[in-house]
Amino acid sequence: MSSNLPSTENSIPWIRIVLGLIAACVLPFFISNYHVFQASMVLSYAIALVGMNILIGYSGQISLGHGAFLAIGAYTSAILMDKMNIPYWMTIPIAAFICLVVGFLFGLPALRLEGHYLALATFALAVALPQLLKFKHLEFLTGGVQGIVIMKPDPPWETLFGLKLNSDRWLYFFTLAVTVVMFVIGWNLIRGRVGRALIAIRDQPIAAASMGIDTPLYKSLAFGVSAMFTGVAGALSAILVAFVAPDSFTVFLSITLLVGMVIGGVTSLPGALYGALFIQFIPNIADQISKAAPWAIYGTMLILFMYTMPTGIAGALRLLGEKFRPTRS
Amino acid sequence: MKKRQFALTALCISLIGFALPAAAQKKYDPGASDTEIKIGQTMPYSGPASAYGVIGKVQAAYFKQLNETGGINGRKINFITLDDGYSPPKTVEMIRRLVEQDEVLLTLGTLGTPSNTAIHKYMNTKKVPHMFLATGASKWNDPKNNPWTIGFNPNYQSEGKLYAQHILATKPNAKIAVLMQNDDYGKDYFNGFKEGLGAKAASMIVSQATYEVTDPTIDSQIVTLKGSGADTFFNITTPKFAAQAIRKVSDVGWKPTHYLNQVSASVGSVLKPAGLDVSVGLISMNYIKEGADSRWDNDPTMKDFKALIKKYAPEVSADDGNATYGYAVAQMMVQVLKQAGDNLTRENVMKQAASIKDFQVPMALPGVLASTSPTDFALFQTMQLVKFDGKTWVEFGKPVAVK
Amino acid sequence: METFIHQVVAGIAAGGVYASLALALVMIYQSTHHINFAQGEIAMFATYMAWTLINAGVSYWLAFVCTILLSFSLGVLIQRIIIRPVENAPVLNIVVVFIGLLVILNSIAGWVFTYTIKAFPSPFPKEQPFGLFFISSHELGSIGVTMVLLLLLYSFFKFTPLGLAMRAAAQNPDSSRLVGIRVGWMLALGWGLAAAIGSVAGMMIAPVVFLEPNMMSGILLYAFAAALVGGIDSPGGAVLGGFIVGILENILGAYVIGTELKLSVALVLIIVVLTIKPAGLFGKVIVSRV
Repeated sequence: MSSNLPSTENSIPWIRIVLGLIAACVLPFFISNYHVFQASMVLSYAIALVGMNILIGYSGQISLGHGAFLAIGAYTSAILMDKMNIPYWMTIPIAAFICLVVGFLFGLPALRLEGHYLALATFALAVALPQLLKFKHLEFLTGGVQGIVIMKPDPPWETLFGLKLNSDRWLYFFTLAVTVVMFVIGWNLIRGRVGRALIAIRDQPIAAASMGIDTPLYKSLAFGVSAMFTGVAGALSAILVAFVAPDSFTVFLSITLLVGMVIGGVTSLPGALYGALFIQFIPNIADQISKAAPWAIYGTMLILFMYTMPTGIAGALRLLGEKFRPTRS
Repeated sequence: MKKRQFALTALCISLIGFALPAAAQKKYDPGASDTEIKIGQTMPYSGPASAYGVIGKVQAAYFKQLNETGGINGRKINFITLDDGYSPPKTVEMIRRLVEQDEVLLTLGTLGTPSNTAIHKYMNTKKVPHMFLATGASKWNDPKNNPWTIGFNPNYQSEGKLYAQHILATKPNAKIAVLMQNDDYGKDYFNGFKEGLGAKAASMIVSQATYEVTDPTIDSQIVTLKGSGADTFFNITTPKFAAQAIRKVSDVGWKPTHYLNQVSASVGSVLKPAGLDVSVGLISMNYIKEGADSRWDNDPTMKDFKALIKKYAPEVSADDGNATYGYAVAQMMVQVLKQAGDNLTRENVMKQAASIKDFQVPMALPGVLASTSPTDFALFQTMQLVKFDGKTWVEFGKPVAVK
Repeated sequence: METFIHQVVAGIAAGGVYASLALALVMIYQSTHHINFAQGEIAMFATYMAWTLINAGVSYWLAFVCTILLSFSLGVLIQRIIIRPVENAPVLNIVVVFIGLLVILNSIAGWVFTYTIKAFPSPFPKEQPFGLFFISSHELGSIGVTMVLLLLLYSFFKFTPLGLAMRAAAQNPDSSRLVGIRVGWMLALGWGLAAAIGSVAGMMIAPVVFLEPNMMSGILLYAFAAALVGGIDSPGGAVLGGFIVGILENILGAYVIGTELKLSVALVLIIVVLTIKPAGLFGKVIVSRV
């Protein structure tokens, strides 16, 4: 793993963040509902990618199976809304908690596995979960092969500051709020003791252990926290799409998440956003370029991105920024 | 005097009567205009179900050719078909784009049960015709609650029931083994089958096995099913696995009465790879003409079809059951649009779709007529059992009415 | 009892399929220390090349040999052109390149050859061998071919100087360069050989599962599991792993858990094995000194 350290020495770019938030809040009133829906999906993917960042980038473990946590989060939300009539906003923290526990429990045996073996184990998780979801003895809960259809929530108010709110816009703001909260949690984790411990474990595991860092605890915790983030993303996506089914959570989804994380930038919070934009929009763009073999275009773009931006989009932007910043003494 | 006045009045009234239709307004909903009709579709051109992409390709070719000969009532068809990779969230995204951004008049032949389930409520809330779905799930025939959705494929459950009833009639003491794909489609067939067997289902079905689409082979399942001592086999598999199953059944020396679901009954894409010789005796159901069937060599529709794909989609094989199916759906769509005339509102399109009277889709088997009514959206009311003779599917028995 | 034997034998036959692709994975790992996720797609593509040749009238064995040579060149080309720029990049970047390659090959195959299944001929006779009905001549023959490949691979790595040079280049590129080994070409050779092995695997698998662009995706997971269970650096282990996975999956599905969950349970068991023996059954545990 490359030893990317978070830029703790640079100050938080407050201006950029505030401008970004303002732009994000104004956006839905200028674009069509369909694009608002897409933007909400991007935000939910970004949360999932932050989760993957924590696990893969900061704690140095690998996961090819995070789609499973998306599924757990999504199904938790769907089951709570459909079978127990719990309001949608309450399902998010519940899904977060459940995924935290499941992720932590998965992280414990995963401690014994490294590199390729861990990759296989997580891959196995991604493959096994759809089967479990279809299992007939769990059908009463999961809806089996039919999946669960959810009612799309209505906005609580008709207008916001005189601007019309509809279901899509309301859900977008809801997703945006959750995204901000999750990013803040992620930021604090990474900059704080947990983040430093994880980086130490990732780069110098033996030294870290001899310094008293409880390696197994932190590694399992990384899994748990990472699963929590992804679970929240899954719950959000279930509410946005208003439908969950085993077919929505294939192995390819897990691979797509991995790709998004690397393309965005492995140890970078803004990278999660860039990665999410990539995995949401590039397939559509590829489809426009070539109807005959769109995925060949997508694959080519993956390879080109890796050639030209080895540290991800976030890394490339940072390098660009450094070029134009006047040198400081 | 009175007689002349009467005649004059009658003349005036009849003149007005004739004039009124001529002055009828052209009515359009988004997606329709004087010059074009926009039709949207999502289809799995990539991913595990990509073999079905042929359907969309043939339909695109069909509309392209139709446009070159003037379109329907002078309007060209703008057919927008998008890839959803058989992933429901992607289907939702693409359908929303088609409805909200491209503003299509209706969607045609969207494929896959989970994909269509994901957009079912949306289409009915938005009141956009959700037409001729490429899936046989029974839930699409629900005009009361979902009046904007109409299926195309004969119902999977009804087909399962058909085979069950045939077994009860011909082999009431049969021991049945079932192989099914572990998803909605497989379960639907199986449920219909069990329903058809009624109280005897539990005693007659001696063995059942499932498989996943991601499984490499189904050899192990076939071995288990044979080992149960069953003498009848209901094969609910998609084309690739159907070919494997037919071959394996023959390889292990098992000779059951073999019922094959219609989804995989294509001579070109399933029986030929499996081996025509080992496919003799297979029983299935047919409602579309087979490209490989020499009976239709001089049939005008079949000739048109073969010329079409030769010119516009040369990579498609005429033997591919998906290709003739796509062609049939396109023909049905054209018929409905023709019936709608100049009143191209979404409501009228659905009204026309709900009032098809004994229409012989040219690509469908002769005698298999399409009929709908406002209370019953199932297109095909009868099913025909067929048996494979080594070269083609041969009808036997009379068409059976299905519910 | 008869069915049980049949299941075990079917498991061995399926295992042979996984084993042959697992060998290609082992090959690529031993020469580059990376697991190439695109290996299955390269094998699939090679099989399509064979199919094209056979359809054009070329005899089976000639097409077989030509395909092996063609895929060897394809492997070398891919390594030199596509992989070389990211050779020294972080592992994750290389993984993304592999994924890109996988997707490109799959998409192009679908575009050129369409997604409809195609029958692929088998060089082995159609009749059952020795009158046995629970294994076909082809299945027996492909297990034989896998064994031959295994033997060739094992002897290559253990007994030839070139094999030793390749292993050295993968394990310690810098020291190898100092000893005069052309590391770059060792890697390319590794890729070429892996592609060649994969093409043989593909040509053995296609008659059973039918040729189509997604043919290898299901098998890749099993091959991956087989290679890891046996030990990613041991060809013999990978083949044994393949048989274990095949038999385990069949027995689980038929007798223990039913077909609905057999994949999940099989994978869970494999992971349990790995937690007990992290380097696989026959792999070497790398001990690092502090």
